[in-house]
Amino acid sequence: MVRGRIRARLRRSHLYTFSCMRPAPSVTEGPNPVQGAGFSRTVFCNQSLLHKKKPFKYSSNSISTTKYNPLTFFPKALFEQFRRVANLYFLLAALLSLTPVSPFTPVSMIAPLAFVVGLSMAKEALEDWRRFLQDMKINLRKVKVHVGDGVFRYRAWRKVQVGDVIKVEKDQFFPADLLLLSSSYEDGICYVETMNLDGETNLKVKRSLEVTLPLEDDGTFKDFTGKIQCEDPNPNLYTFVGNLEYDRQVYPLDPMQILLRDSKLRNTTYVYGVVVFTGHDSKVMQNSTNSPSKRSRVEQKMDYIIYLLFTLLVVISLVSSIGFAFKTKNDMPDMWYLRPDDDTDDMYNPKKSAVSGLIHLVTALILYGYLIPISLYVSIEVVKVLQASFINKDIHMYDEETGNTANARTSNLNEELGQVDTILSDKTGTLTCNQMDFLKCSIAGISYGTRASEVELAAAKQMAMDLGEQADDFSNFPMHKDKKASEIELETVVTTNNDRRTAIKGFSFEDTRLMNGNWMKEPNNDVLLMFFRVLSVCQTAIPELNEETGTYTYEAESPDEGAFLVAAREFGFEFYKRTQSSVIVREKYNSSGKPVEREYKILNVLDFTSKRKRMSVIVQDEDGQILVFAKGADSIMFERLAKNGRVYEEATTKHLNEYGENGLRTLALVFKKLEESEYSAWNNEFQKAKTSIGADRDVMLEQASDMMEKDFILLGATAVEDKLQSGVPQCIDKLAQAGLKIWVLTGDKMETAINIGYSCSLLRQGMKQICISATNSDALAQESKEAVKENILNQITNGSQMVKLEKDPHAAFALIIDGKTLTYALEDDMKHVFLGLAVDCASVICCRVSPRQKALVTRLVKEGTGRITLAIGDGANDVGMIQEADIGVGISGVEGMQAVMASDFSISQFRFLERLLVVHGHWCYKRIAQMICYFFYKNIAFGLTLFYFEAYTGFSGQSMYDDLYMLSFNVILTSLPVISLGVFEQDVSSEVCLQFPALYQQGAKNLFFDWRRILGWIGNGVYASLIIFFLNILILYHQAFRVGGETADMTVMGTTMFTCIIWVVNSQIALTMSHFTWIQHVLVWSSIGMWYLLLLLYGLASPSYSGNAHKLLIEALAPAPIFWASSLLVTVTCNLPYFAHISYQRCFNPMDHHIIQEIKYYKKDVEDQHMWTRERSKARQETKIGFTARVDAKIRHLRGRLQKKHSSMGGTQNTVPAL
Amino acid sequence: MLVSIIFIPIGVASLYASRDVVEIIDRYETDCLPENSRSNKDQKVQYIQGPGNKTCSRTIRVPKHMKKPIYVYYQLDNFYQNHRRYVKSRSDEQLRKNSSASDVDACKPEDNGVNGLPIVPCGLIAWSLFNDTYTFSRNSQKLVVNKKGISWKSDREHKFGKDVYPKNFQNGTLRGGKLLDSSIPLSEQEDLIVWMRTAALPTFRKLYGKIEEDLQPNDVIQVILENNYNTYSFSGKKKLVLSTTSWLGGKNDFLGIAYLTVGGLCFFLAVAFTVVYLVKPRQLGDPSYLSWNRNPGGH
Repeated sequence: MVRGRIRARLRRSHLYTFSCMRPAPSVTEGPNPVQGAGFSRTVFCNQSLLHKKKPFKYSSNSISTTKYNPLTFFPKALFEQFRRVANLYFLLAALLSLTPVSPFTPVSMIAPLAFVVGLSMAKEALEDWRRFLQDMKINLRKVKVHVGDGVFRYRAWRKVQVGDVIKVEKDQFFPADLLLLSSSYEDGICYVETMNLDGETNLKVKRSLEVTLPLEDDGTFKDFTGKIQCEDPNPNLYTFVGNLEYDRQVYPLDPMQILLRDSKLRNTTYVYGVVVFTGHDSKVMQNSTNSPSKRSRVEQKMDYIIYLLFTLLVVISLVSSIGFAFKTKNDMPDMWYLRPDDDTDDMYNPKKSAVSGLIHLVTALILYGYLIPISLYVSIEVVKVLQASFINKDIHMYDEETGNTANARTSNLNEELGQVDTILSDKTGTLTCNQMDFLKCSIAGISYGTRASEVELAAAKQMAMDLGEQADDFSNFPMHKDKKASEIELETVVTTNNDRRTAIKGFSFEDTRLMNGNWMKEPNNDVLLMFFRVLSVCQTAIPELNEETGTYTYEAESPDEGAFLVAAREFGFEFYKRTQSSVIVREKYNSSGKPVEREYKILNVLDFTSKRKRMSVIVQDEDGQILVFAKGADSIMFERLAKNGRVYEEATTKHLNEYGENGLRTLALVFKKLEESEYSAWNNEFQKAKTSIGADRDVMLEQASDMMEKDFILLGATAVEDKLQSGVPQCIDKLAQAGLKIWVLTGDKMETAINIGYSCSLLRQGMKQICISATNSDALAQESKEAVKENILNQITNGSQMVKLEKDPHAAFALIIDGKTLTYALEDDMKHVFLGLAVDCASVICCRVSPRQKALVTRLVKEGTGRITLAIGDGANDVGMIQEADIGVGISGVEGMQAVMASDFSISQFRFLERLLVVHGHWCYKRIAQMICYFFYKNIAFGLTLFYFEAYTGFSGQSMYDDLYMLSFNVILTSLPVISLGVFEQDVSSEVCLQFPALYQQGAKNLFFDWRRILGWIGNGVYASLIIFFLNILILYHQAFRVGGETADMTVMGTTMFTCIIWVVNSQIALTMSHFTWIQHVLVWSSIGMWYLLLLLYGLASPSYSGNAHKLLIEALAPAPIFWASSLLVTVTCNLPYFAHISYQRCFNPMDHHIIQEIKYYKKDVEDQHMWTRERSKARQETKIGFTARVDAKIRHLRGRLQKKHSSMGGTQNTVPAL
Repeated sequence: MLVSIIFIPIGVASLYASRDVVEIIDRYETDCLPENSRSNKDQKVQYIQGPGNKTCSRTIRVPKHMKKPIYVYYQLDNFYQNHRRYVKSRSDEQLRKNSSASDVDACKPEDNGVNGLPIVPCGLIAWSLFNDTYTFSRNSQKLVVNKKGISWKSDREHKFGKDVYPKNFQNGTLRGGKLLDSSIPLSEQEDLIVWMRTAALPTFRKLYGKIEEDLQPNDVIQVILENNYNTYSFSGKKKLVLSTTSWLGGKNDFLGIAYLTVGGLCFFLAVAFTVVYLVKPRQLGDPSYLSWNRNPGGH
């Protein structure tokens, strides 16, 4: 605590030179003009009572993200349910069933509908309840609120009101948008982590107004009052306009003073703030959009099938009703037994045949309703919930560290997972852990660090494998030995890295030459010494003593810097103290042998900005020597070397390229010595620039620092690995092999993004990068918008031209675009050109994009390509994108829950995405597609028999089947097998799915739910219905159907026919399934058994229920061989074409999964390992990104070299080449 | 293949069974009209609805030996017993229990008699009961037609009450079909019970009775029939059918033919696939059929 206090008392302004410099006194600027529309908000600070009534009553701080509330649930949820056409139809049918028009009893219509709708609504309710609980958890968080007389008490978030003064403590979230009054630091600075807003993990500095600085402890708020006039609630995160009226003075406010809800206070003990925007008024909530309810493409297509069936329904109903009208008009007067003379009933009135016909239309619409599978929606929902529970329970997607499993938050989109075309991924926290590891360095032209990066590692493994495979090709090749050698070399790389420890966070360096003070024995130890000094001094971090271990950890602005300091510490240069104007480093290894503490007086800090790409500190060491230490991007630093400082340039450049290729982030380290006089001359310049006021201040500062940052002497370079989350490159590789496109959308700067692109193999050396960026920010301000646009358009068209002209099939392009440019590129007239280019590129990286742009890009891809997009992210800044994409995936467990809350699926690591898509997505897609097709098939097979029968009944609307049969058809007799198909079916096992990512393309290409297949199934249904009906009619014609001489009446005929239907549809599904477990067997065969049981029980019931079906089975049907014979005949005949079709397909046109099934079945993979691995490698899609592609490129490269060597050697075959 | 092995014998067996059945069909609706009433529909209807004796005599020659029992059917044509208005026009409760006699809601327009009392049995089905009668004699010796046991046992026992007697039946202005003896309970009115089992198709046969005697080839059977039932309005045929049964029931070759066809088709397919397999075999699990091997360079 004491230490914290000291730190808090540091005059931080010294450290932060540019960004934190207090702007020129605000008095000169005057208050912001905040009158008029859009600026109506008035906040009375510390007088929240005034906000209890109009006109200053603002929304409360409780938030609600639920769709319904108890009152609106029923109407709204019902409305949602009946937005589905089929449900609406069934509702109408159910209502009509209450009238005599209906051919069925009301119960048989209403019961299934109530069941279906009830189940769906229960699911909705459950989901909303979960959302409500989540909201409550947030609303009930506690924060200290000023309750008067300088007393602060804990209060729930939802009770916080506009005008309240709030004290937020370290590592707490801000409960609302606050105006920062003062902090534990003397100059009113506080550090804020805005991870949840923009995904950036580095800390942002917020600064209070000078006038409010004295309000620094609880007591001072006793009499504090003030009035804030500011803008109305809006979603813009980076602007704020307002004035604070305090002590009869008006002070302008800007975003610097605003602490946004959902950001977190860091490195600051406490802050005081006044609540400005609460609850849904807060900027973050304004930013959140209502999560749209998503429907999968398969379901959308299903709607079309339903429309198709509706059309069919209407057509056959029309046919029936017209037939009925004619029959009634022409024939019925003669049918005396129908009493046509009785004209009390319009339904059968030959004199008003048109009216009868119309009424009959309604009847027919209800009668043939069986064409539309009522249980389809509910079955799909049940299946999806079960599928989701499989996803949730998949042990392979269980993260041991966090204990989180994958979670399908909505089950609507399971099958969509199998059809994804483009993945849009966030970077920080999704691909990377945002943790840097110091891995290698190049000092004085010598590369240190023996550990391989992840990229190297995987490349080595892959190459070892591939080379092994190519052994045959190489066997008669003179390079044989060379190959062996390289293999051995690769193996050593692999083995040394197997025991990779992560003992020290941020430090994975391993090289005995530098560790434990051994560097002193190296030849260039003076350069090494200087290198380490730069490492430990050129920074802006704050050391923190870990009391338990006694070591120091560092709170750095960027994780790179943290890694450097940790590295310096491990090398023996421990930075342990920062005072107001100096940095103290303990040098453990010294020529004297004892640790020495060195203090560097910090004279100036020239900050790191993305534009400058470098940072320098000017220090004075204990000997009075003035030194400039600098680090920066190599491209920038190499320009700024002195003539005598380029000794190691060549070697270092080579190393830098190597590091870059291996996916490491590199920085060059340089220094120079300065004369006292030189420095003071420059410092005068600099101070002048610093104190100048006006627009050109920045330019002057820039020039001043430019003057200083030149003539450096190169020391070396560092290579830091941006630690990817485990398995990310492999996962990306697999996904790329599965034919998926991967876009990275990141808030990070371009260089970082590109680096990550390298380390996760989205980019590689030799890939042509098309960088599109607005020329620069200054020009942007000056040039007109049109000119900038023109410029960007040119860049895009050039890029496309380049792609088009490329001849080499292996050439790959990467598109890199930054946020500013994207604003233009996303405008209506340009976005299609941009998209066209982006689609042609193997990988696309968008950097510096705002959350809104992420969503826009997602929308562009979704709508522009018409393919299915998946967005994956972890932070609140990804919410827009997650909601916009067809499928949103949230990474849970690291930071915040917003992304997860908005997502459709949540997983705890990026690498689980592979399994989620390639295994579950693939399965779910096939399952649902087959299930829907089958559903339509069975209902058509059943529904059409009703229609054919009509032709025999004078279109009167009589059904041949008992109501009970009809009722139970969809619910009991055919539902379970199809559900088991939807839940358990798998064409190939999960391992095979992972080994053959190419199988995923079956989903992305929609092979199983295209119209051909759907129509095929519908045709099959029509065929089955014809066969079932006419075979039965002909078999049970007018003759006796059994030995006792009885003829078949309607019940016998109907029941026999229905038995055939049950057999046919259930054997059909048995044929469809490829994965049989006992569950499927039990369900399919028990469904058939169930029918006989049902018939038996129904027959045993009193005749007042069963009517003509009384004792039907025992007495009439079971003893009649013809009953069984017709079942057998019809079943076989109906399934014959399908059987022939699949046999034909298997024989001549097998699909991938068929072959793999066969290979597996015959255990060929075990017998013929070689073939199996070869096929596996061939199965990879031709990809241009990912490891494999990178390795392929490398192999091509090597081969090219070998070829050259080979030819140059000419006939000297017997000489063993030394390589 | 397996299917064809099973199917062809079944087909042969059922065809054989069907061929074994001897069936005599005698269509009589026109022949039993007097010559002067045959010319048009109105005359026919007038005749059938008119009073007078409608007895008609027919001669049937037995072509083959017919083993007992020989089933006597009447076959009606173009009679929509499956019309919704017709099918629904009955009251199962009323047929079953005397106490439910007034349960006639479904029976319109044959629900209540002219006196306002419920009709038992109500509804169009019962009202239009078939009322032709047949008597058979061979060599002037009467052949007894057994009318017992022609309906389902469960119908007699459970669906037609022993205490339900016809009431107010056919006493309206418009007479439908047969009159019922109001002293016999419904459970014993087997003609009615059979009739109430509505047929599925507009052409149907219903059991009339059984002749429990063998008929020899070339026996000549005299049928005295009373032609009462009006099928002339809707131009329906009437046929008298005498038939024996096999284990499969009556005479219908279709089942056998269908089995043979499907069996043959299966056989053909099996042979075709085998031939194809022999001519152009595809090794199971041959990886060269994988899509990426067939068209290189991805899909």
